[in-house]
Amino acid sequence: MSETRQIAPDERRGILARSLDSDLLHSFLASKVTVLAAIVTAVFFLGALLAPLIAPHDPFDLRQISIMDSLVPPAWSDMGDPRFLLGTDDQGRDILSAIMYGARISLAVGFCSVILAAIIGITLGLVAGYVGGFTDTVIMRIADVQLTFPAILIALLINGSVHAVMDVTREQSAFWVLVVSIGLSFWVQYARTVRGSTLVERNREYVQAARVIGVHPIRIMIRHVLPNVMGPVLVIATINLALAIITEATLSFLGVGIPPTQPSLGTLIRIGQDFLFSGEWWITIFPGFALAALVLAVNLLGDWLRDALNPKLR
Amino acid sequence: MGLLDIRNLTVDFPSRRGTFTAVRDVALDVQRGEIHGLVGESGAGKSTIGNAIMGLLEPPGRIASGEIEIEGRRIESLPPEEMRKVRGKTVSMIFQDPLSSLNPLFTVERQLVETIREHNRMSEREAKAFAVDLLDQVGIPKPAERVAQYPHQFSGGMRQRVVIALALCSNPDLVIADEPTTALDVSIQAQILNLIRSLCTERNVGVILVTHDMGVIAETTDRVAVMYRGRIVERGATRKVLGDPDHEYTKSLVAAVPRPDVRLHRFPMVSYIEGPAREFEAIDLGKHWLGQGRRDASNDRHENLIELRNLEMDFETRRSIFPSRRRHFRAVDGVSLQIREGEIFGLVGESGSGKSTVARLISGLYTPTGGEILFDGTDIARLGASAERRPFQRQMQMIFQDPYSSLNPRMRVADIVAEPIRHHNLASGGAERRAVVEDLLEHVGLGREAARKYPHEFSGGQRQRISIARALATRPRFLICDEPTSALDVSIQAQILNLLKDLQEELRLTLLFISHDLPVMRQMCHRIGVMQNGRLCEVAETEDLFERPQHPHTQELVRLMPRLDYLSRRGLDMEPAHA
Repeated sequence: MSETRQIAPDERRGILARSLDSDLLHSFLASKVTVLAAIVTAVFFLGALLAPLIAPHDPFDLRQISIMDSLVPPAWSDMGDPRFLLGTDDQGRDILSAIMYGARISLAVGFCSVILAAIIGITLGLVAGYVGGFTDTVIMRIADVQLTFPAILIALLINGSVHAVMDVTREQSAFWVLVVSIGLSFWVQYARTVRGSTLVERNREYVQAARVIGVHPIRIMIRHVLPNVMGPVLVIATINLALAIITEATLSFLGVGIPPTQPSLGTLIRIGQDFLFSGEWWITIFPGFALAALVLAVNLLGDWLRDALNPKLR
Repeated sequence: MGLLDIRNLTVDFPSRRGTFTAVRDVALDVQRGEIHGLVGESGAGKSTIGNAIMGLLEPPGRIASGEIEIEGRRIESLPPEEMRKVRGKTVSMIFQDPLSSLNPLFTVERQLVETIREHNRMSEREAKAFAVDLLDQVGIPKPAERVAQYPHQFSGGMRQRVVIALALCSNPDLVIADEPTTALDVSIQAQILNLIRSLCTERNVGVILVTHDMGVIAETTDRVAVMYRGRIVERGATRKVLGDPDHEYTKSLVAAVPRPDVRLHRFPMVSYIEGPAREFEAIDLGKHWLGQGRRDASNDRHENLIELRNLEMDFETRRSIFPSRRRHFRAVDGVSLQIREGEIFGLVGESGSGKSTVARLISGLYTPTGGEILFDGTDIARLGASAERRPFQRQMQMIFQDPYSSLNPRMRVADIVAEPIRHHNLASGGAERRAVVEDLLEHVGLGREAARKYPHEFSGGQRQRISIARALATRPRFLICDEPTSALDVSIQAQILNLLKDLQEELRLTLLFISHDLPVMRQMCHRIGVMQNGRLCEVAETEDLFERPQHPHTQELVRLMPRLDYLSRRGLDMEPAHA
């Protein structure tokens, strides 16, 4: 990007914009860390998506698991069993398979809550930025108040109150309660970013041209402003995906998330924690490592995306 | 041997898509006590030459070949530390934007003293005295008091004087002024140019004046070099180059300059720049889409399409829940004027005079604090529901100043132009809409292939054509043009002005044309209103305004217009003076 900066303004815009895709690709390939992060992320996605097909065992199928296989150490140690590459937990479930199924749930919660948070945040941010005045003040004060509480506390509160008010079993509701509580605690960042960009875009002449034509404000917001503020939102979404996965793991670790019968990565870590001091380290270390690798990879991708897009955000 | 000698200078910007040569094989010399102009359109490489002399080429730019000598000393190959000394001591630079070339957090004194002591062995006290002396030399009143102030306490013109004082701190031999007056109003521009002129003679320094403005070149420089695509195509005494140009490019550039003293029928079509706009077929309004839905001329039509009565607009500068503590800035103060059906009405004034606010009030972007806006007899300022506004929104469109921000970068040109048609249901279906869009694009000289592209694939002038196509897509009667060409190069400006004139005559449009540029006004408008500080000082027929200005402010503006009387008039299609 910087290499074409000095070329005359007219020419520069043309070249820059025309080659946005290939420039993005170029900066991607130039950074080895990013390529590695992308590979790790892809492996996790494929593993999670195709878990029923490629996982060596099905940890939820009671006919396949046997209590006789419980607490087998990883395959390369003395007591290891070649059937269980990363060992088994206390109920005889294969850790590798459990991680693949667990990543499925972690990623699903992550994606759904990020989408929910983005929808709420973008809508409120657009309205606050475009309408301005009193509406803006109200929305942004609510956002400020929410920011004073830690996200996990809010998620815990929502989670707790849903279970208290609604008469549902944990197995049925756990997934969606998690998504809603994480989504509601993460919208503020989107709202702030979108509001900021909207304030800039609102004063651009193409928005004024649309107003002179007489286009309805809602249509201006959706058709004109929204596509032009999506760049930063994409970056936040990537970084928030990692945050949401961690939050899910934390909540599951605290015991308010996904129940142990359908373990997510966080639940696996919590189960394994009980065995950490009796020497069965593999139950918690491998899921923990998997979680760290996934979050790190997604975060690195988000960082790269932010740097790659930033010079063009005007 | 001159003060500055440049021989065979070539500057490259290598990138992974190949090397862009910004300056190719340039030779230039500047003597002491002379102002040497460097003129050309955007992208010609004129600023790059200045940066190359200063050693300020941004990476990956590099001097590929050639020599730069200052008083016989080669400087292009000096190590960075040596170059830094040359940069401050013998060559200094004046930038375009006085606001961003001063640090807002430091007082003027601190910035001056720091620079002075960097280059001269002086005590703090001596440096302070010298700073006051410099401010006095650049014509700042009460320099001893003002030196302690911050940049924001100075007006735009005064700030540019401070920047010039800053450039003089080291007693340089050569000053490079890169568009020093582009951000300033005409009256301040004249003062700054006079200042540069007199400093040049008094201190016997050489000045390189980089600009795109032919008026500035004609008024100020002794010699001039004309640049085109990185090369100097013509060079010599300013009077010779502009009065009797040899090169084809110079000829077409000179022909495209709006003249303050004659009115042209149309600007000559120049073939040298940005592929000529294609000729379009004349429109028969009776049959063409653009003519449909027009009311017949015989109906209850008012003579004045637009009438402003005592229009007022206040902006809040301080908000408060207590009315007594609120502060207002009155941007438009009791403006009354009439725009006749079918005429081009000009509104001229310096920045902050309220001319753009008037445009925004008429177009409905702002709601006036007081007064009436009559459109064909109806007060549109007080219309409430959007259903009532609709018919007026359709009849009135606006063309904006900045072609880079007036088109949504995420929409295809076809969708941009189709939006008003879709919104006002002016086409019976998708097929007709597409046909109309293609026809409009063809008509503004772009061709129907343009519809499938995105705005960034077009140059500034082409984008302005897209804006015009979008404005025409509602079949308007009234078009507001808010500085439509001030962001464009002079040759492209000529084409856009021709297009607007053609369309106005052909479609019998009424135009409100807003500009700060009087020569442009003279070419375009039938009548002109002059604004100052939110008030309308004078309205007159164009020729009367230029020949016999009444109001003192108008007289001042007309007097400050650059005199371009010695410019070549070859090939100009002049209109006979109005009787």
